[in-house]
Amino acid sequence: MRAFRRSIDVTPGLGRSFVAMGDGLTAAISISRAAVGPPSFFRQVGAILWKDLAVELRTKDILSSMLVFGLIVLVIFNFAFELRGENLILVAPGVLWVAFVFAGILGLGRSMAQEKERSSMEGLLLCPVDRGAIFVAKMLGNLIFIVILEAITLPIFAAFFNLPVLTPGVGLIVVLGTLGFASVGTLFAAIAINTRAREVMLPILLFPIIVPVIIASVKATAFVLDGKPWAEIWPWVNLLIAFDVIFLAVCFVTFEYVIGE
Amino acid sequence: MIGAQGFKGKSIQASLLAKSFGSIHALREVNLEVGAGEKVAIFGPNGSGKTTLIKVMATIMRPSSGRLHIAGMNPGENGHDVRRLIGVVSHNTYLYDDLAVEENLAFYGRMYGVENVKARITNGLRRVGLERRSRDRVRTLSRGMQQRLSIARATLHEPPILLLDEPDTGLDEAGQAQLWEMLTSGYADEPTVVMTTHNLKLGMSLCSRWTVLVDGEIVSEVAKENSSSESFQALYRRYAGAGT
Ligand SMILES: Nc1ncnc2c1ncn2[C@@H]1O[C@H](COP(=O)(O)OP(=O)(O)OP(=O)(O)O)[C@@H](O)[C@H]1O
Ligand SMILES: [Mg+2]
Repeated sequence: MRAFRRSIDVTPGLGRSFVAMGDGLTAAISISRAAVGPPSFFRQVGAILWKDLAVELRTKDILSSMLVFGLIVLVIFNFAFELRGENLILVAPGVLWVAFVFAGILGLGRSMAQEKERSSMEGLLLCPVDRGAIFVAKMLGNLIFIVILEAITLPIFAAFFNLPVLTPGVGLIVVLGTLGFASVGTLFAAIAINTRAREVMLPILLFPIIVPVIIASVKATAFVLDGKPWAEIWPWVNLLIAFDVIFLAVCFVTFEYVIGE
Repeated sequence: MIGAQGFKGKSIQASLLAKSFGSIHALREVNLEVGAGEKVAIFGPNGSGKTTLIKVMATIMRPSSGRLHIAGMNPGENGHDVRRLIGVVSHNTYLYDDLAVEENLAFYGRMYGVENVKARITNGLRRVGLERRSRDRVRTLSRGMQQRLSIARATLHEPPILLLDEPDTGLDEAGQAQLWEMLTSGYADEPTVVMTTHNLKLGMSLCSRWTVLVDGEIVSEVAKENSSSESFQALYRRYAGAGT
């Protein structure tokens, strides 16, 4: 049975006529093209982000694997080094960022792999959506997952190493560092997914590029923990902000060329 | 209806379309014109370039050379307008295993900006016989059910052009018999269809033009009214046997 009939006029600039027919009831609706036009950039970003969060809420694939990995790193370093005083401030920020970056890479890979399972990335590319919107959505998803990981790891780190990391200063640096990491990471996860041996390709491609962000993050974190004045910390934070802006812009623009084909 | 303005009744115009992957020439100089509402079947042996051709026409793969117009528009310039006109069913379902059946459709509905999404989802699920599974996760559906859902996904925005790459994958006999019904029963005007399949009988019964693609080239094109299915099958075997 024909549940409804429709005739469409797809000529650009003209309206679409829409005839719906159900159970003897006929309604004719005429909608201007603007009203049925493409959903906005941000609505599409929202749709993809919602989808990623909904999947994660159910499977917890990404968060659970990242958390286990991050915690193991902290535990190993905690027992491997007898860290005290001077020593501690020098090494601990590095430990923290190693945990974030290595755990984060698991999440980046997994989030992109999900789009490969049923070739759903092709499904996304079929949609009338800016490729940049796909990038922003995947990047935001990764950012959220990694920040959640960090929010859980930081208190544990504070307890293990007895350091005051639960401060706004450290929080700011963590978020800035993670933003740069997530933007480059999202781009390279999309590149790596199309290569052979994709699991090993992602870290190999990503680490060299991300080194400046990690160094700036580690330095800034160390300075904050060391109680240095903000005048000394700002240059590193500014560097982080600069890297974030550059990486975001470059990755946003180039994403289109690395997906598909 | 298609054909109102800007293009002369052709839904798809491909000329000298080519696509290579390194040294592999998946498509060479494919010329294909499909009028509005026309149904074209593409047959060909494994690796002959059917999927590549569908992907190029669906704008998810860029051709290496050649010209492609969809409804008179160049996908490179009017990507969004072109994509809104196209629905693709392939052997990949493009579904998310961990979302429910209706959530998958709702997601794609949002991506296409479909209005009346709820009603359209209910309708689509009824069409493909999945209305009772709407809350179940896709992971829990059988392969054929997932293919049915994929059909509902592809037709949710009622695209006037359907590109079908082995749409019968995983469908049972009843499903194959209803394939056309599932795909097109919501339409007032017949959609344009290009489909590939290894099921010669199915493709011949659904489409009015039969083409054979071998080694990335269309080697034969036959109108239904000018040929019998037996003679076309014989012709296909000659080409397909030689092509692999
Ligand atoms: N991403 C790719 N990279 C390299 N080569 C590819 C790629 N996709 C397709 N090919 C090659 O292009 C040719 C055509 O492949 P295609 O998938 O289009 O064939 P097909 O006709 O759909 O085959 P089948 O009947 O098996 O589905 C093959 O030789 C294949 O190896
Ligand atoms: Mg194929």
